Amino acid sequence: MTTQAINSDIYFLTARDLRAKFDAREISSVEATRLILDRIASLEPKLNSFITITAERALAAAELADQRLRGSGQEPTTLTGIPVMVKDNFSTKDVETTAASKILKGYIPPYDGTVVSNLKDAGAVILGKGNLDEFAMGSSNETSAYGPVHNPWDTDRVPGGSSGGAGAGVAAGECFIAFGSDTGGSIRQPAALCGVVGMKPTYGLVSRYGLLAFGSSLDQIGPLTRSVADCADALNVISSHDRRDSTSVAAPFDDFARDIDQGVAGMNIGVPKEYLVDGIEPGVREAFEASLKTLEDLGANISEISLPLTDHALAVYYIIAPSEASANLSRYDGVKYGLGTLDAPTSARATETARGEGFGDEVKRRILLGTYALSAGYYDAYYKKAQQVRTLIRREFTDAFLKFDVLVTPTSPNTAFKIGDKINDPFQMYMNDVCTIPVNIAGLPSISIPGGMSDGLPVGLQFIGPQFGDTAVIRAASAYERATGWHKNHPLI
Amino acid sequence: MDPLTPKDVEHIAQLAYIKLSEAEAENMRVQLTDILGHFASLSAVDTDGVEATGHTTDSNTVMRKDVPQPPMDQQDVLRNAPDRDGEFIRVRPVME
Repeated sequence: MTTQAINSDIYFLTARDLRAKFDAREISSVEATRLILDRIASLEPKLNSFITITAERALAAAELADQRLRGSGQEPTTLTGIPVMVKDNFSTKDVETTAASKILKGYIPPYDGTVVSNLKDAGAVILGKGNLDEFAMGSSNETSAYGPVHNPWDTDRVPGGSSGGAGAGVAAGECFIAFGSDTGGSIRQPAALCGVVGMKPTYGLVSRYGLLAFGSSLDQIGPLTRSVADCADALNVISSHDRRDSTSVAAPFDDFARDIDQGVAGMNIGVPKEYLVDGIEPGVREAFEASLKTLEDLGANISEISLPLTDHALAVYYIIAPSEASANLSRYDGVKYGLGTLDAPTSARATETARGEGFGDEVKRRILLGTYALSAGYYDAYYKKAQQVRTLIRREFTDAFLKFDVLVTPTSPNTAFKIGDKINDPFQMYMNDVCTIPVNIAGLPSISIPGGMSDGLPVGLQFIGPQFGDTAVIRAASAYERATGWHKNHPLI
Repeated sequence: MDPLTPKDVEHIAQLAYIKLSEAEAENMRVQLTDILGHFASLSAVDTDGVEATGHTTDSNTVMRKDVPQPPMDQQDVLRNAPDRDGEFIRVRPVME
């Protein structure tokens, strides 16, 4: 077979289909990795999805994967030989890790995070580090110190954020799976805006060890993929109990692909009316209503529900997340690693200068916001109040899941917007996450899948499940995906 | 709520160890005031007697035996320091 013949159909394969081609000896992991690296080289000037590309390491990993696939050594896994991207806020031993911040330029971690170790153990081929909003703070990937990422559906538009490189990379065929982190929607919103699948698992299912911390009680790692089945397979690989993350839950875990073919007939699906916010785009609303019809036709029992505290979720989030961030980011002092200043009179002045020069506007804004909310005199009015309302939001969800197996909502009130449109109005930018944020506040599992098109741009459909109801979310999403096939749409790039 | 004053911004920037230019500080003052204004609605939620949620999992303090583990490689750790002297990281004077 010539390279040309392989070429035309490999980029948009699902990981499962690529894995089947490995087994059928139609292509090797080294061949697939070479093709993908060529594609990355040709697309990166337009997209900027990667901050670092580790071609040599990828080819070496692919070589080992091919040996494993041919039966020498360990049993292969679903991800053996599959070229993947990891977001650049994952600690990778000996590979620069910047979190898209100037303050970490040149930082070479001395260790792999647990998810990276799990991927390497599974034989996945890591292609490089995905671009993101600086320290995962943003909804458009425009706060990256390494330049914005462009949406492959329309390169004048944002890919969403903060896992913008991951969303664009999977959508454009620069990788088969990407791994991102989601603090308030940072996996699901870019998945929606780029027309791919993205999942935030239940809090605690995936170790956060080696994830550069943003909001520790909210952060969770998850996959971005081209199908729900790939998402379940990837979650099976990355979920593990980890004694180095005290919030990581005890194994054993479900097989997340277990119920994937069960269908939605008889499932009780709730539609929380507060998620259909005033500012929702007409095209998103139409696609959502069509999706409800599809689910009903598939036999699901759909009914409306009211979650009135949803209106307060944004405020709760933008107090809690910046408060946690202000504490987490205090470690960047320019002493042990990262940007440092050598010509300051004292250590304190050196730190102020390093942080003043090293952090971008959005990161500074959130650190200051969090510092304010935690400072003497304001703690009760902001931080404690937000944590109390968080309790009430959790209860509201718990009550809802007495009646419903899953909830369904739009992922984002809008499709991909133009680069530059919202970056100067922080609150407008925060509104992008209005449908995804409540999920993180309550620690729930949630998936965004392609749910239609509006003016040539993808629309995301979000399923939310009860805590540890990850398989139910995957089951509902998979049934919808099979019925519609929206995930087979790919950008012409 | 009352708008933040330049003094408020100076105070929190100092607490956060972030040096801001005058223009930056003024920009932050306006934006933070705007953002905090959107949060005022929270005070209307009745939270009397409601406990605070810090984490959504019921995790307790995780204990383990105090057994030394292999440390990270010293050179791998030290190579990132902006300024070093042999096995030491150099810092500026701590006292003003």
